[in-house]
Amino acid sequence: MVGLLDRRLVFVTGKGGVGKTTVAASLALYASEHGRRTLLCEVDAKGDISAYFETGPTSFAGREVLPGLWAMSMDTEASLREYLKLNLRIPVVGRIGPLAKAFDFVATAAPGVREILTVGKLCWEVRERRYDLVVVDASATGHIVGQLAAPQAINELVRVGLIRSQTDWMLDILSDPAQTGLAIVTTPEEMPVNETMELAVKVREETTVELAAVVVNRVLPELFGRGEEAVFEELRRPAAAGVVAEMVGGDPAPVLEAARLAVTLRRTRAGHLERLRQGLDPSVPMLYLPYLFTRSHGLRTIRQVARSLGEELGT
Amino acid sequence: MARSRPRRRADDAGSLDGLLASREIVVACGPGGVGKTTTAAAAAAMAAARLGGKVLVLTVDPARRLADALGLEGIGNTERRVPLETFVEAGVKPMGELWAAMLDTKESWDALIRHHAPDARTREEILANPLYRNIAGRFVQSHDYIAMERLFEIHSEGTYDLIVVDTPPTRNALDFLDAPERMADFFSSRLLRWLIVPYRSKLVNFASRPFYQVADRILGTQFLADIAEFFILFQSMYEGFVERARSVQRLLADRRTSFIVVSTLEMVPLREAEFFAQALTERRLHLGAIVLNKVLPSYLRDPEAAVVAEALTERAEDLAEALAPKLGAGADVAQVRRVLDEVGRSYLDYRVVAQREAEQRSELAAVPETLVSVPYFETDVYDLAGLLRLGARLWGEDDDPAL
Repeated sequence: MVGLLDRRLVFVTGKGGVGKTTVAASLALYASEHGRRTLLCEVDAKGDISAYFETGPTSFAGREVLPGLWAMSMDTEASLREYLKLNLRIPVVGRIGPLAKAFDFVATAAPGVREILTVGKLCWEVRERRYDLVVVDASATGHIVGQLAAPQAINELVRVGLIRSQTDWMLDILSDPAQTGLAIVTTPEEMPVNETMELAVKVREETTVELAAVVVNRVLPELFGRGEEAVFEELRRPAAAGVVAEMVGGDPAPVLEAARLAVTLRRTRAGHLERLRQGLDPSVPMLYLPYLFTRSHGLRTIRQVARSLGEELGT
Repeated sequence: MARSRPRRRADDAGSLDGLLASREIVVACGPGGVGKTTTAAAAAAMAAARLGGKVLVLTVDPARRLADALGLEGIGNTERRVPLETFVEAGVKPMGELWAAMLDTKESWDALIRHHAPDARTREEILANPLYRNIAGRFVQSHDYIAMERLFEIHSEGTYDLIVVDTPPTRNALDFLDAPERMADFFSSRLLRWLIVPYRSKLVNFASRPFYQVADRILGTQFLADIAEFFILFQSMYEGFVERARSVQRLLADRRTSFIVVSTLEMVPLREAEFFAQALTERRLHLGAIVLNKVLPSYLRDPEAAVVAEALTERAEDLAEALAPKLGAGADVAQVRRVLDEVGRSYLDYRVVAQREAEQRSELAAVPETLVSVPYFETDVYDLAGLLRLGARLWGEDDDPAL
């Protein structure tokens, strides 16, 4: 399988709350640090990207936020304007009047219009080759299939017209695993794992995009090695705990309890991780990112995650 | 309001029991991935168990697990009663009945069309229109609307004493609140009438011609015709539809309805939850409670314990030498040292997270009357007993022996 970042268009999705945006930003940062001119695009513009890079709001026009790394946020209306400007070359465009309102209306009535303008813009950036790599902080798991399958859906709905003729080249890019891939971000918890496995099936059946990686975020560390857990259990007995209390001059009970909690959490999650491994096609690479026990946020977090990603990607 | 409180309550714990006892509709909302569905189910299960009456949990989450936990073989668009045996197995004799239903968007839309269509022909034409099929099946915002619509429908039947609703995961937390109004706006739009003019008569307004030229070139004539047909058909149902959307809106603002915002103490979800709480207040909707899920235990913030944890790590060598002989056979000093070090480090790691969470909580701007903390459950909730355990926390009961 083509390496995740050796492609030209990488969509990153995941259930809400698993760290999808963080992983997308880290992938983009990592790629840009390795000499690839990278565009990071936030699709559901919540402003998280600009918070991470501490650069102020991003817009439809890409902006270089770090050397070799551009950030933009998707705006379907701006995408439509750009498209009309590039493709129609008819003078009436300026006189359509309330384009925003009209567009909003058509987009509300016709599903797939927003999606096609999003995917169309991204594919266009790939085709224009201004960047080596486009990383997309895409829609969450519930909506990603609709987004990726928009060109096909439009093909079914729209039989003729300019949009129809445009979907073919988009499909060429999206269907080519050497160019396009999808990464699903998850955490080793029950619901995110379930959704990831369900999504993997839907992506295979309903889209032409290849699942290029599953990124498991917030993996908890293993506390004890072989035989050490028995030692830990011994330490929790009153006799041993008493010795510790005396030597350090404080009650170790909360500390031991916290370790027990950590072991249990790790164990519950290991079960879900195993289920995920069993449920996925073994050819799909899995990348593991550790839980960050830090106070940091913003760019510091992104850098830490990017470093872990680098280790996982084997460089 | 005299309520029996059989168990110990945590000092600062709020409770949902008052809210669930006094309202007819409780809507659980908030960011994705925070345990909204489980919280809604647990609240409903507790209400059925402790408060009595007929309680319905209306979920949008197609998770099989919830069905399993409730002892149902799958949950569908029609409500089903959770068998009494499931409660008995969980060791509870419920005061009332628990019912569950899952929102099926397509089925609910079809039912709505059947309800409003003026005649059989219109009905069939709409159901067969490709645009309608797309809207009903895939269109995300239609999901938001239909959830509220279905709630209205069930509530007006008057079968249940309490309906607990779990809201769909939305791109924007406000989407489902705005859905009824947007739906009404949409069908009463002047633009809509404008758009379908050429398909109703041969007379196209000169001023609108450029629009059609462009629309035609982009979308194709057939597609525009599909859109027009859809709306022409829909116009026959316009009044009923708009009236209905307004009624849904009124119900959400009604004093019998309350909202609970569910979140975790992680930064991003909490920010979203706060935004949501604020939006509810701005719209004069009743924010009944904030439920904070997956809160780490308070012993992780004990300053004395932190000193002990540091000592375990720093003095692991000494401690291990003193301890190794006292432990069971086979424990060598190196191993004990490593375990002590790891235990100390792990505490300090989790302490960072617990402190971060406590700060987030203290910075919470919009605090409603009730703020409920639910601890991090070490294992997943997979049966009714688990839901009720979670529910006990929503009641402000604190039965964790570790605390």
